[in-house]
Amino acid sequence: MQKLGEHALNIAAQLGADYADLRIIEQERQTIVTKGQVVSELDSGTSLGIGIRVLVKGGWGFASTQQLSRSAIEAAVKRAFTVAKASACCVNPAIGLAPEPVYDATWVSPHLVDPFSVSLEEKIGILLEAAKIMNAVKGVTLTTGFMSFIRDEKLFMSSSGSRIKQTFIRSGCGIEAYAANADDQQRRSYPKSNGQHELAGWELILRLDLKKEAQRVAEEAVALLSADICPRTAATVVLEPSQLGLQVHESMGHPAELDRALGQEINFAGASFLTPDKLNKLQYGAGIVNLVADATTPGAIGSFAFDDEGVQAQNVHLVKDGTFTGYLSSRDTASLIGLERSGGMMRAESCHFAPIIRMTNISLLPGDAGSLEDIIADTEDGIYMATNYSWSIDQLRYNFQFSTEIGWEIKNGKRKRMLKNCSYGGITPQFWNSCDAIGGRQDYMLSGEPNCGKGQPMQTMWTGHGAPPARFRNVNVGIAHKG
Amino acid sequence: MLTEAKARQIIDTALTHAQGKCSGCEVTLESSDIATSRFANNSMTQNQAPERTSIAVRVLKNGRQARLTSDDLAPKSITRLLDEALAASQILAKDPGLLPLLSGHKKTAAQPNRLDRKTASLSAEARADAVAEIIKIASSRGLSAAGVVASGSEYTAIGNSKGLFVSHRQSHAQCSVTMRAGDATGWSKAHHIRFADLDCAGLAERAADKAAANVNPVEIKPGRYTVILEPSAVLDLLAYIFADFGATSQIDKLSCFQDKLGKKVLGSNINIVDDVHHPFQAGIPFDGEGLPRQSVSLVKNGVFTDMVYGRRAAAKLKRKSTGHGLAEPNSSGEMPMNLIVGGGDVSLEEMIASSKKAILLTRVWYVRNVDPLSKIVTGMTRDGTFLVEDGAVKSAVKNLRFNQSLIEMLNSVVALGPSLRTAGEEGFPAVVPPMKVENFNFASTTTF
Repeated sequence: MQKLGEHALNIAAQLGADYADLRIIEQERQTIVTKGQVVSELDSGTSLGIGIRVLVKGGWGFASTQQLSRSAIEAAVKRAFTVAKASACCVNPAIGLAPEPVYDATWVSPHLVDPFSVSLEEKIGILLEAAKIMNAVKGVTLTTGFMSFIRDEKLFMSSSGSRIKQTFIRSGCGIEAYAANADDQQRRSYPKSNGQHELAGWELILRLDLKKEAQRVAEEAVALLSADICPRTAATVVLEPSQLGLQVHESMGHPAELDRALGQEINFAGASFLTPDKLNKLQYGAGIVNLVADATTPGAIGSFAFDDEGVQAQNVHLVKDGTFTGYLSSRDTASLIGLERSGGMMRAESCHFAPIIRMTNISLLPGDAGSLEDIIADTEDGIYMATNYSWSIDQLRYNFQFSTEIGWEIKNGKRKRMLKNCSYGGITPQFWNSCDAIGGRQDYMLSGEPNCGKGQPMQTMWTGHGAPPARFRNVNVGIAHKG
Repeated sequence: MLTEAKARQIIDTALTHAQGKCSGCEVTLESSDIATSRFANNSMTQNQAPERTSIAVRVLKNGRQARLTSDDLAPKSITRLLDEALAASQILAKDPGLLPLLSGHKKTAAQPNRLDRKTASLSAEARADAVAEIIKIASSRGLSAAGVVASGSEYTAIGNSKGLFVSHRQSHAQCSVTMRAGDATGWSKAHHIRFADLDCAGLAERAADKAAANVNPVEIKPGRYTVILEPSAVLDLLAYIFADFGATSQIDKLSCFQDKLGKKVLGSNINIVDDVHHPFQAGIPFDGEGLPRQSVSLVKNGVFTDMVYGRRAAAKLKRKSTGHGLAEPNSSGEMPMNLIVGGGDVSLEEMIASSKKAILLTRVWYVRNVDPLSKIVTGMTRDGTFLVEDGAVKSAVKNLRFNQSLIEMLNSVVALGPSLRTAGEEGFPAVVPPMKVENFNFASTTTF
């Protein structure tokens, strides 16, 4: 493969490209979906291709092909060069790149058991066992389950001289139970909505033990049908880690993307209220709030050794002691605002997309408020909300609204009645400034989200979000539903 | 881009290898070479020209099926993929709902010609010229432009061991523009078969007009208002109800129209049809198994008249498939993909002129389901939200969050405009009208 890459870079140089990089990616994937007691989807497959990006007179061009003959690669490089030349007619200012050292490296994501070495029978068996337990619960109307596994072998090469081989093993799984009657429909998920996804092997599936949680998930779905509705009021809210992880994703991860902050994504994904004039000035959250973009977290789905433009993985503070201090950046956006170096956040969905700035693992650092039960014990009156159901935020990332699958009333430090149709909303900086308790490591969870959409054409990406449970004061709750 | 001759050759390779090994084999090929030029801040930011073809093979054997995918089209790789699918299928339990493959059928309707060769082969320079024109308009008005200009084509072919072969090639032209005047933005978008139909300059002017009108927004109190929804806003809201017209959503008890077939569920002025052959439509005229898509009346004068059916759900409910099935096997069953929402004769201008007080919405954003049965969705207004008073647009307003039942909304439509081919960002392009709706529920406001 490296010889083909050298061939592509040589052609780019012959054509007169000022810079070129490429990714050759070989992917193996498997997805199993169950619905009720049957396997409703079974898909496994492979792909192989090359994506090449060239910079010509300050304009980017990108092309890809899955044909790895020398002639097909030559045609793809020429196509990339042609579109870059066309771009150069409309660039102002010309694109520049923040400096980055040259690397010659090999990296394999940490995993214990290759998930592709485990038999399909064993995988299906686990899902159907969990389904059987859920389906036996009276009142359950539909159950689903899934497992997904991906192996990416990625070779990055650049005209600067970097040669980087990375192997990614991603695994994920989850189950859902639905209960419905004529007036209502409720859902419970485990381990979180959309399942859990990690940079890990088969050991993740064994650790999550779907069968063990199946009964509880199904019973909670049925119980929700007769639960009280979340009241509409201003309340103290305690958020479960996976829900808080998505809150971090939407209200910190996306607004800290420098391409958005510079207006480059405004036509679709949106812009950001975190404009460069606010860097190191804005009180984004309370003093106990610390948020990082850490691509070096072992096992987290957004980790890597090098991003898709060959920048080494980093841990960047986005919010330090409540103050907005950093961006997710790329070599070209870093250059635009005078950063010394890219934060290393460029990734592409596959070899058929040019990389764009993506979240790595955007995480809320643990605080000193102890476990979830410690926070609840310390809360006189509030609502504990768990597992995301619905999420929405405005295009500058101020006004957000989330719904959760389930909630519980908190009274005098104790978890009381179950609540359904829980929702909360607010304005991002006000919300994060109302945070007065952040849990410790005890209940910290590194959530993996498999479906973050951004770019045109839209690319989906894996992003990680670490969070402990945390408490927020005076939050508008019960706003999404009637009642 | 895959040619039909090459597609037939690849399919034949797989079917020949499958002979005698299984009771049925289906091959699906999908190919795309859509190129996208992106710009922002009056400058080109990205320019992509990918080419991609994928193959999926589905095998049926001993009452079981499996489907595997690849993008390696070499004969040796295709036969290996097929062998792996055969092995995988035998690990699964018997599928009691499994149907035999479709036989080759005669064409039941004239196939739409949706290929414009000029658009399919449009050069990067031509897209750059369109971008330059948009930037020129922005600069001349002191604005900043962002957006995309895209062109190319897509091809789909399905062949199976019972003699079926269907294929469809379609060109793709898309332009969307956001104009920015300080914090104020305006947006417009179009998606057509022919690049010549896009009118990129017209879209730029429209977005610029919106941005110019969107300055100095006033804050209004959340609450229930009459709204005037431009077609893109209508499309991106209704994108969240279309799946509820699938038969499988009824079987799974997930539809907001559960057990309401034949009953009046929406206002008498609401008519919804799925029709791939409509002159304003685009898309593939057959479903995931190669069955021709039929025109289906989903709502007539507010009555839930019919659903779309894939073959599996149709067999379960003792109906005939309408040709809307997704590729087998799948969990969701079917989907209407070519919606036509019936319009009226009240223009957008007349809706504004006849309003004492209303909110005019250019588009909505980040729409998500909140309550599946009452079909409450949430989302934000974006890129041009205006207060209408005494028959005229009075000012821009700060964007608002809505929590709105789509069922209630479609029971509160008081005026409909002409239906147009419309592009949004939440679902497929469709043919929808502008609407004037009473009692639309805004829950909160934002800062801009």
